[in-house]
Amino acid sequence: MSVDFKVVSHFASDLRDRAAIAGIGATEFSKDSGRSEMRLAVEAVTAALEDAGLEPADVDGYSVFSMDNNPAIEVNRQIGGGDLRFFGRVHYGGGAACATVLQAAMAVATGVANTVVCYRAMNERSMQRFGAGVQDRRPMPTAESAHFGWYAPYGLLTPASWVAMSARRYMHEYGATSEDFGRVSVADRKHAATNPAAWFYQQPISLEDHQRSRWIIDPLRLLDCCQESDGAVAVVVTSAERARDLRQPPAMIRAAAQGASHEQQMMTGFYADRITGLPEMGLVAQQLYATAGLTPDDIQTAIIYDHFTPFVLIQLEEFGFCKKGEAKDFIRDGNIELGGRLPINTHGGQLGEAYIHGMNGINEAVRQVRGTAVNPVKDVEHVVVTAGTGVPTSGLILGRD
Amino acid sequence: MKKSETPLLDQMRQLTGAPVGEPNTARDPVNQAMIRHWCDAVDDRNPVYTDPEFAEKSVHGGIVAPPTMLQAWTMPGLMSREEREARAPRGPSVLRLLDEAGFTSVVATNCTQAYKRYLRPGDLLTVSHSIEAVSDEKKTALGVGHFVTQLTCYRDQNGEEVATMRFRLLKFRPTERSAGAERRGAPKRSRPVPSINHDNRFFWDGVQAGRLLIQRCFCGKLRHPPGPMCPVCRSLEWEAAEACGRGTVYSYVVAHHPPIPPFEYPNLIVLVELEEGVRIVSNLVDIEPEEVEIGMAVRARFDEVEPDRILLQFERAKG
Ligand SMILES: [Zn+2]
Repeated sequence: MSVDFKVVSHFASDLRDRAAIAGIGATEFSKDSGRSEMRLAVEAVTAALEDAGLEPADVDGYSVFSMDNNPAIEVNRQIGGGDLRFFGRVHYGGGAACATVLQAAMAVATGVANTVVCYRAMNERSMQRFGAGVQDRRPMPTAESAHFGWYAPYGLLTPASWVAMSARRYMHEYGATSEDFGRVSVADRKHAATNPAAWFYQQPISLEDHQRSRWIIDPLRLLDCCQESDGAVAVVVTSAERARDLRQPPAMIRAAAQGASHEQQMMTGFYADRITGLPEMGLVAQQLYATAGLTPDDIQTAIIYDHFTPFVLIQLEEFGFCKKGEAKDFIRDGNIELGGRLPINTHGGQLGEAYIHGMNGINEAVRQVRGTAVNPVKDVEHVVVTAGTGVPTSGLILGRD
Repeated sequence: MKKSETPLLDQMRQLTGAPVGEPNTARDPVNQAMIRHWCDAVDDRNPVYTDPEFAEKSVHGGIVAPPTMLQAWTMPGLMSREEREARAPRGPSVLRLLDEAGFTSVVATNCTQAYKRYLRPGDLLTVSHSIEAVSDEKKTALGVGHFVTQLTCYRDQNGEEVATMRFRLLKFRPTERSAGAERRGAPKRSRPVPSINHDNRFFWDGVQAGRLLIQRCFCGKLRHPPGPMCPVCRSLEWEAAEACGRGTVYSYVVAHHPPIPPFEYPNLIVLVELEEGVRIVSNLVDIEPEEVEIGMAVRARFDEVEPDRILLQFERAKG
């Protein structure tokens, strides 16, 4: 299966196995949680601490999404935590997911903090749907606001629409089809069907279902788009040594990395020479492999960020699981389903389990490493996790101790 | 289960059936000149309304007025505000009660006219109004309100009823959304406006003037979207170069859902590679989505998409 993927060794960092994920927690995933985002946050955070066998007073750092509406200091007060020595926020939407763990691991590895909690809590479905598009946004003369001005006046207003523009070009250059995108949905929903925590538990779909689903923004159909969800997820990061003494077997952070390409845009990477890749994810992949001392052949399962199916194909290519433009063939051969070469999103992904900005995928990777996943992959040594695509992003390789 | 009636409903229902204001008599009798204007305006060529000889031989035995111009005969015409106020009905009225109770917005829902006989030149109409019915409080998409049926009676010079009109309207309590639309005076939402700043003003000014301007550094580097510094030579100096407007479709999407006002769906959005070498997002118009292909030649045009709002659009290049 090797695809002559070259790992660039000078991208290695000092982070390998310095820190571990010692606890995971989550609320239920729903379309209407019926409670505040802050409450979801404290429920998930305390569940993760309980899972690790730690007390709120043990927490001395937080690393969260810029987009999260729940300030860490407020969460910390609510749970009765102690003094904090580290608190960071990571920008760029879902691209922050694995980066929260990267920054937590850096804080732990350098002694800046001992125990750092990362969380994402949102009533994204019941309160503020991202899929509704950028409407009624008050124009401000800032760079972030001006960015939308190149798209919004024409009706290119939703995350789906921004991804669709790149996806069309990818189809054109490599001959991928709507069915190829659909195979990602089918795999995710197959995995969700046997995961009681998934919104789409016991609701698998066929490729025909995908092809019959209505256009959202051609070439993307409804079933190419992830759910919109309410829920919260948290993880606890601490040093490798400390994690070994805690309640759960540690999920070692073999590597963690962020990436933004030199031509990076926020969801609208339409201007580079080629727009059929995700160079920022390629950069993340290189750093992860180099830091972990691994190659694609060493990865048994992966959590591939799946807000929209086309970017799953491109990520498989950027990570060297197949050659550029050949993800469609890799997927057609059943490689991404349970029992295949590289089962992805064994919890059902964001298409099948829930859309919690990628954080629920980190929980699943930890469960695969621990051997407690509902859809376990055999002999897991290393799991790749990726974060939001089309934006500055991040990734992890987690492994057994 | 019958809803217990509110004091407001009681008050309103006591007023139903009673006349609203004084009857008004038309300023002019039914006449040929007005009929002719009406027929011209609505392009009705039926000679029974305008040709005396034809009309005489018809079943009517003479000129008749088009029934649907009923309301025209008793229209008050242009009046000063004082005159209008002097003619306004006095005393309690259902509509005023609704206004006072906060049901301040109004929308006409439907209108039915019944004609008892044709009107002929010389008929002089008198019109009188009453409220025929008021509904219970209803929840509608516009807001909570009451449907009110106004009954208008038209009588001729002999006091004979010649026609009636039932005009139904909804008096409702404006929701925040409908109130906002009313304030702006434009129920249709406008396309999102771009944020204009020091780095991009030239582009939007250019579009308003019908020109497609691309930022160009003096080292020759073209940049879109624009920014303050040239990534090649770090210069902060630049000029706005006018693009020729020709390009090709580099990618495109067809938006279907969610429908976001005021866009019409399916909405065709293209990524155009301009001949000068930079790419830009816009709409492709005057073409069916299935006709679009990557690589097809397109050219810029400038459409007034809303009053005083010019937007860059593309169309298929001809030839
Ligand atoms: Zn320059």
